[in-house]
Amino acid sequence: MFEEYSMAELTDILFMQGFAGLILFSVLVLMALGLAIIFGQMGVINMAHGEFMILGAYTTYLTSHIFETYLPALFDGYFFVAMALAFLVCFALGVLVEWGMIRFLFKRPLDTLLATWGLSLILQQSYRTVFGAREVGVTLPEWMMGSYAMTETIEVPINGIFVMVLTLFIASGVYFLMFRSLWGKQVRAVVQNRPMAGAVGIDTGKVDRYTFGIGCGIAGIAGSAFTMIGSTGPTSGQLYIVDTFLVVVFGGAQSLIGTIASAFTISQSQSTLEFFLSGSMAKVITLLIVVGILMLRPQGLFALKIRQ
Amino acid sequence: MRQRSNIRFMSRQEVFGYVMLAVILLAIIPLSLDVFRLNLIGKYLTYAFVALGLVLCWGYGGILSLGQGVFFGLGGYCMAMFLKLEASDPESTKIQSTPGIPDFMDWNQITELPWWWEPFRQLPFALSAIVLLPTLFAFIIGVAMFKRRVGGVYFAIITQSIAAIMTILIIGQQGYTGGVNGITDLRTLLGWDIRSDSAKVILYYVCSAALFICLLLSQFIRYKKLGRILVAMRDREDRVRFSGYDVANFKIFVFCLSAMFSAIGGAMFTLQVGFMSPSFVGIVPSIEMVIYCAVGGRLSLLGAVYGTLLVNWAKTIFSETFPELWLFAMGALFIAVVMAFPNGLASLFKRYIEPKLPAWYSGKTMVSKAPIIEKDSSMETAHANALGSEENIGPSKSLAKPETAVTVAPRTDEKLEGGVYVD
Repeated sequence: MFEEYSMAELTDILFMQGFAGLILFSVLVLMALGLAIIFGQMGVINMAHGEFMILGAYTTYLTSHIFETYLPALFDGYFFVAMALAFLVCFALGVLVEWGMIRFLFKRPLDTLLATWGLSLILQQSYRTVFGAREVGVTLPEWMMGSYAMTETIEVPINGIFVMVLTLFIASGVYFLMFRSLWGKQVRAVVQNRPMAGAVGIDTGKVDRYTFGIGCGIAGIAGSAFTMIGSTGPTSGQLYIVDTFLVVVFGGAQSLIGTIASAFTISQSQSTLEFFLSGSMAKVITLLIVVGILMLRPQGLFALKIRQ
Repeated sequence: MRQRSNIRFMSRQEVFGYVMLAVILLAIIPLSLDVFRLNLIGKYLTYAFVALGLVLCWGYGGILSLGQGVFFGLGGYCMAMFLKLEASDPESTKIQSTPGIPDFMDWNQITELPWWWEPFRQLPFALSAIVLLPTLFAFIIGVAMFKRRVGGVYFAIITQSIAAIMTILIIGQQGYTGGVNGITDLRTLLGWDIRSDSAKVILYYVCSAALFICLLLSQFIRYKKLGRILVAMRDREDRVRFSGYDVANFKIFVFCLSAMFSAIGGAMFTLQVGFMSPSFVGIVPSIEMVIYCAVGGRLSLLGAVYGTLLVNWAKTIFSETFPELWLFAMGALFIAVVMAFPNGLASLFKRYIEPKLPAWYSGKTMVSKAPIIEKDSSMETAHANALGSEENIGPSKSLAKPETAVTVAPRTDEKLEGGVYVD
C-alpha cells in the first residue's frame, strides 16, 4: 500500500497524522482532566461529563454571538472571555449537581453512574429545546484561521496549535492545583481518608463540592476548545464520554500523568490507524486494544501503590 | 443445604405473584388488546429478558453490566441472519446483481456470501448460536475481568466500551451487517409468515412462555445455595473468598446466564419486530435496560417484568403525545429511582400494598419478592433475609414496624453495591 508514496511524502504524512493526533490528544486530555479529578480523585462516575462539556461549547457559541452583534471591535479576543464564562457556568452547575445529587451517593458509585446518566439525558433534551437539534458552530476570529506552513509540504492549522497550547496551560494549572496547593492537599486527604481528613478540620463536604465543580468547569473549558475544531450538537457529548472514561481508566484512575500518557497513546494510535484503515475500524481497533490491555492490567498504566 | 430444606422453592406470595403475572400476560393482555398493541407488549417483554438477567447479575451478584445490549444484539442478529438468508433465496432476489445474497450485501458490492454467514442457513445452528455465542462472549469477558478481580465501576465502564465498540463495528461493516439500518425485511421462519396477525399472536405466547421459563430458572437459582453465595458475594466478597469459594467463577456464571437471557430476548425481538439494528446494541439502549430493572426493583425477578412493561409503556405514551418530554421523564426516572426508590416498584408494593392484602395471601411466612435486608451485621442474616427464610424473619418484623424499614433503608443501599462496601 506504500508503493505510490515516496519516502519524503511518507514522513510528511506521518507527521501530519501525528499532528492530527496531537489535536485529538489535546481535546481528550482536556476532557479527561476534568474526569480524572472527579473520577480519579473523588471516585464519582459522572456520566454527564460530556454534557458539561457541551454546556461549555454552547456558552462559547452564545458569547461569540454576543460579541459579533454588540462588540465587533473586541471580537478577536472573545474566546478568552468565552472560556472564562464556560468555566464559571459549568462550575456553578457542577456545584449545584453535587449539592443536590452526588453528595447523597458517595458510597454507591454504581448508583451515581445511573443518576448522572439521568442528568445527562435531561441536559441533552434541554439543549435540544433551547438550541435546536442541529449542530452549531462558532465563527473563529481572524487570527485563528488559516494554517502555518512549517515546510513546503507540511502545514499545521493555527487553531490546532492554539488548542494544544491551551491544553498545556490547563494541564499544568491542574497539576499545580492538585499537587502544589493547599486545596489540592485537602482534596487528596479527603480522598485517601475521609473521616481522618474531617477530624483534622477539613470541611470535607465543601472540598467535595468544589472538587466536583472544578472538574465540571474544566469540562466546560474543554467544550470551549472543542468549538474551535468541530461543531456542537445536543448529543455531541455522548460521543466522547466512552473515550474519555477509557482514557482515565487506561491511565490509572488516580494518576494525572497516567491520564495524559493514555490520552497520548489512544489519540496517536487512532489517528495513525485512521490513515491506513477506515475511521470506524481505526476506532474499533484502538478501543479493542485499550479494553484488551485493561483486561490484562486492570489498574491501568500508572497505578498508585495504595493499600486496598 | 440439608438443614435448610425447610425453605421452599417458592413462598406463598411468590406463587401468587407468578400466577398473577401469568394471568396478566397470558390472559388479560391478549384478550384486551388488538394485535398491534399485543405485538408491542411482546416487544417490551423481550426487554424483560434483559432486565431479568440484570436482576440476577446486578441485584444479586452486584455486577453492573452496561453492555447487555451487546448480548441482546448478538442474539437478535443471529436470528436475523437466519431469517434474512431465508428471505433472500435466489428466486426473490433475482433482480440483484448477485442473486441469493441478502440485499444490503448486494448494495455494498459484495458478490459472495461471507463464510461466517453460511452456517446460519441451518435453523439448528442459528438457534444454538443464539444461545451459545453471546454466552461464550460473556464467558470470555467474564474470565478476563473477574479472574483479575475487576469489578464494580471498572466492569461497568469496560462493558460500556464493549457496547460502543460493537455498535461502531456493526455500523462500520455495512456490507456484512447491514450497517445503521440493520438487517431488515425479514419475512418467514421455515416458510411460516411471521408478519401475519396470527403469527404475531403465536409469537407473543412463545415469548411469554420463554420468559416464564427464564423466570423459573432464575427463581430456582435464587433458591439454591448458588443464590445465597451470590448475595453473600455481593455484600462481603472477601469473606466468601476466605470461606474457600472461588468468587470469580460465580460471577462468571451469573454474567453468562444474564447474557444468555438477553440473547434469547434479542432473538424473540427479531422474530416479533421483524428487524434488528445497531440501535439496540449500543450504550444508550444498554443503559436503558438497566433502568427497566431498577424501576422494577433490582432484587425482584417479577419486578423486572413489571418495570420493563411500565417504562416501555410510558415511553410509548410519551413518544406518541409529547416526544420532547420523554427524555426529561426518562432522566428524572433515572435520578428518582436511584435517589428515592433504590428497590423500585417491588419495595413500594411491599411497603404499601402487601400489608393491605388479606391474610391468606401472606400466610404465616413473611417472604418478599424484594427482600429488604434489614440489619446488616452478619452475613447469615443477610442471606436469610435476602432469601426470605421463614425462620429468621417473623411476619411482624417489617410489617408492624414500617419505621424500621425506613430508617435502615440507606444501609440497604450501601450494601447493594458489590465489592464497594465501605466500612
